[in-house]
Amino acid sequence: MINWIASIGARTIDRVSATGRAGLMLFGAIFALPKFKNIPLTIHQIHVVGVQSLLIIIVSGLFIGMVMALQGYTILVDYGAEGSLGPMVSLSLLRELGPVVTALLFAGRAGSALTAEIGLMKATEQLSSLEMMAVDPLRRVVAPRFWAGMIAMPMLALIFSAVGILGGHLVGVDWLGVDSGSYWSIMQATVDWNEDVVNGIIKSMVFAFVVTWIAIFKGYDAIPTSEGISKATTETVVFSSLAVLGLDFVLTAIMFGIE
Amino acid sequence: MTSRKSEIMVGIFVLLTVAAVLLLSLKVVNQGIQSNGATYTLKAKFDNIGGLKARSAVKVGGVTIGRVESITLDSNDFTPVVILSINNEYSSFPETTSVSILTSGLLGEQYIGLQPGFSFGDIGNLADGDFIEDTKSALVLEDLIGQFLFSRDGE
Repeated sequence: MINWIASIGARTIDRVSATGRAGLMLFGAIFALPKFKNIPLTIHQIHVVGVQSLLIIIVSGLFIGMVMALQGYTILVDYGAEGSLGPMVSLSLLRELGPVVTALLFAGRAGSALTAEIGLMKATEQLSSLEMMAVDPLRRVVAPRFWAGMIAMPMLALIFSAVGILGGHLVGVDWLGVDSGSYWSIMQATVDWNEDVVNGIIKSMVFAFVVTWIAIFKGYDAIPTSEGISKATTETVVFSSLAVLGLDFVLTAIMFGIE
Repeated sequence: MTSRKSEIMVGIFVLLTVAAVLLLSLKVVNQGIQSNGATYTLKAKFDNIGGLKARSAVKVGGVTIGRVESITLDSNDFTPVVILSINNEYSSFPETTSVSILTSGLLGEQYIGLQPGFSFGDIGNLADGDFIEDTKSALVLEDLIGQFLFSRDGE
């Protein structure tokens, strides 16, 4: 009995101290004096996490838009409301699917890579060598990756939504024969810049923060063995997916729940 | 050299994002009434506003000329007061203008229809903040069915 209580206590202390270390790491990475010679490093990381995720984002955005147009059409056409296909596709992409699916794909595509890279740097003692050379690894290694994730993910989410809407147009208008004018004009009448687009961007910024933070911390805090790195990589994908889905509900309730 | 290449790729990435934002802002978002600024307000009292909401459209003959700014309840006689904000471009409606709450399609959303009245003799134009006197309330389907059943009972 005592052992059981003690194990609960130990686990709680573990979690709390991990959260504390994550906060300290983030603080050290963000609030350190910015160094302008680190900007090329950040651009390089945008290339790694952003540009290299472009293909999967564009392809999945296209297919999700196409599938939604197909599914929406078969239901809406029964009510003679296939003109509402445009708002259906664009609102669900801008408000929900764009930020959420991008964050999930980003966690799988870029987050896991970040964790593995930083974890391996730690395992091969590159981080300690940097410290030996009086270079702060938080600023040299962690900060550029963090900012790259924060910058790249909202951009990816916007591209995802735009490509999805075009994919919906491809299936709905070019294939199923919804009128092109009503696809765009009813969409324009329904979608609001602040309500829908800006809220979607805010969502994807929050997700970018959470996913990148988890990915970097899991790598930085990984047990420096091959087993530890594989565990950290798995945890990155699982934790950030759960965090994104949970936060999405909270953000949606705040943004759209109360009229 | 690799850094040069990644700079070019990031540049392409940024351009793609700009293209996405342009598509969203030009083709997807409504750039209608609220963007071109100047509006004036008219008020109207209805018995029943049905499913009218703030931001519903105000139309004349199908052309959107404004939006419903807000809907409040008059605390004296408990009737809904609808405040309309109309684009300044359309500022010369005669005082005999009537408003009604209409539905687009059978199940569509509700909007406000303005029917400009005739202007003759000493009839002036509606100015900022005026009440429109002649109003027709929303058609409530349940009331209609109730009336129909009631009138059949009488036969």
